Amino acid sequence: MDKLNFIYPEIFTSLSIMSLLILGVFKKNSSSLINNLSVLSLVGALILILNYPLEINLNLFNGGYKIDYLSSYMKILTILSGIFILITSSKFLKVLKLFQIEYPILILSSILGMMVMISSNDLIVFYLGLELQSLALYVLASFNRDQIKSSEAGLKYFVLSALSSGLLLYGCSLIYGFSGSTNFDQISSAMIGDQYGLTFGIVFILVGLAFKISAVPFHMWAPDVYEGSPTSVTLFFAIAPKIAALTVFIRFLYVPFINVIDQWQIIIIFLSVASMIFGAVAAIGQKNLKRLIAYSSIGHMGYVLAGICTGTNQGVQSSVFYISIYLIMNLGFFSFLFMLKKDNKYYEDMDDLSGLSKNHPLIALSLLIILFSLAGIPPLAGFFAKFYIFKAVIDQSMYFLAILGLLSTVIAAFYYLRIVKIMYFDQEKIIYDKDYNLGLKLTLIASTIIILFYFIYPSKLIEIVSKIEIII
Amino acid sequence: MVDIGLGHYLTLGAIIFSIGIAGIFLNRKNIIVVLMSVELILLAVNINLVSFSIFLNDLAGQVFTLFILTVAAAEAAIGLAIIVVYYRNTSNIDVEEIQTLKG
Repeated sequence: MDKLNFIYPEIFTSLSIMSLLILGVFKKNSSSLINNLSVLSLVGALILILNYPLEINLNLFNGGYKIDYLSSYMKILTILSGIFILITSSKFLKVLKLFQIEYPILILSSILGMMVMISSNDLIVFYLGLELQSLALYVLASFNRDQIKSSEAGLKYFVLSALSSGLLLYGCSLIYGFSGSTNFDQISSAMIGDQYGLTFGIVFILVGLAFKISAVPFHMWAPDVYEGSPTSVTLFFAIAPKIAALTVFIRFLYVPFINVIDQWQIIIIFLSVASMIFGAVAAIGQKNLKRLIAYSSIGHMGYVLAGICTGTNQGVQSSVFYISIYLIMNLGFFSFLFMLKKDNKYYEDMDDLSGLSKNHPLIALSLLIILFSLAGIPPLAGFFAKFYIFKAVIDQSMYFLAILGLLSTVIAAFYYLRIVKIMYFDQEKIIYDKDYNLGLKLTLIASTIIILFYFIYPSKLIEIVSKIEIII
Repeated sequence: MVDIGLGHYLTLGAIIFSIGIAGIFLNRKNIIVVLMSVELILLAVNINLVSFSIFLNDLAGQVFTLFILTVAAAEAAIGLAIIVVYYRNTSNIDVEEIQTLKG
């Protein structure tokens, strides 16, 4: 195994999980130390990924594990989101008295599962990565275990996620049976003629994956789980599992099943259109900001799927581009939520924002920028993300999808702008504490600046993303 | 005497799978039944994989089954733990009562 050095990031993460767990058990009151060390070990994993040229294309473990540009890029995104979640949420967890050693370790193990998922090129490896990710997420959702809401969120997430894993596995078994292999490349060579068993398998696996990224009609867990879990966990739910599931979507559809695109394309188009419209319409009546961001993320996943359903490299690149921008916008939005604290209580309702601009002009301004970007108003980064998706869709002459996407953007703009209206024109109500810690300030400022000034030099991220070529 | 072939095993798997799915959606009483239904689904998948593995003369399916068994055990453990946490807070595990979060 001379190529073992390419999975050093995974090995390093798992070793640090184990050693941190031992350290946390034997050293009393070490939660702050464990938190810092977890951030350090994620940085270490990031350095290990960047240590090798990203353009390599390797198959490890009998073709079951793939290291290529897509996997390296998505791993970097996942690890970055992990780092930012850990540095923004420490204060929040301390206030809620949840600052325990288990929290960073669970985040680390979930990130390890995502890294395995992202690199998987085999059904077994994919399933194990998925389960490692979800088992940690079940516990994280019910982390505030003395609260009814949080334990109920964990229970709901557990039941629906276990169901979706079951559906996905049934699909895996059908694909294995009808193609004779669990390896994606070998399944690809076994795809001759129309075998309805394989079609059933694709449908089952797509249902399972759609559950994971909360695409309509498999979204029903998302609002409840987002509202019930602690806000820092909601942030994690909103970004990290979606990055991993998106990569699996791309790899699964574009490696073994690119030849039967006419069978899955219509399913993805349906998921995409339903998510875009439902995400825009259902968010209108929401009062809770976390529920609102759940519907908003359902809508955003619709745009990402619109990029995937094109069946071209350009579409995949635009989806990856979209999820990168989406990550930055969500980090900004949630670090704003972490700032709404008064007397050791966090506020998360829309009415709590009223008149925010009078007392907190700067954070109100950055939320304004983030919301405009989520709505896709030029020249902010969110506009470019949507622009490339629509460009890829129109290049494939799918005008219907592009028109529906544009319409739902307009509807979605309504509820984003309503928050702006409440913030700037309503009576002032609450004056929040201003004792933000450094990580929180840094994240909010960095994400706002990236979103605001992205248009000055837009080609850099495009250049990075355009090296992803999944169809050769 | 009828020869038992791949089709019979797949039908058995499909029936158990459907019972599992129906158990999750039709059950209105107890959350433990949901946990049992999830196990049924995973067992149906195992039957499928093992019969495919014998039929194809390929060991990968049986290896996959062993992995699924392991993961199912871990999943059941975590599921039960979450149910215990929920029960401590609300003192009931009725499926219909789980509606604090809605909207």
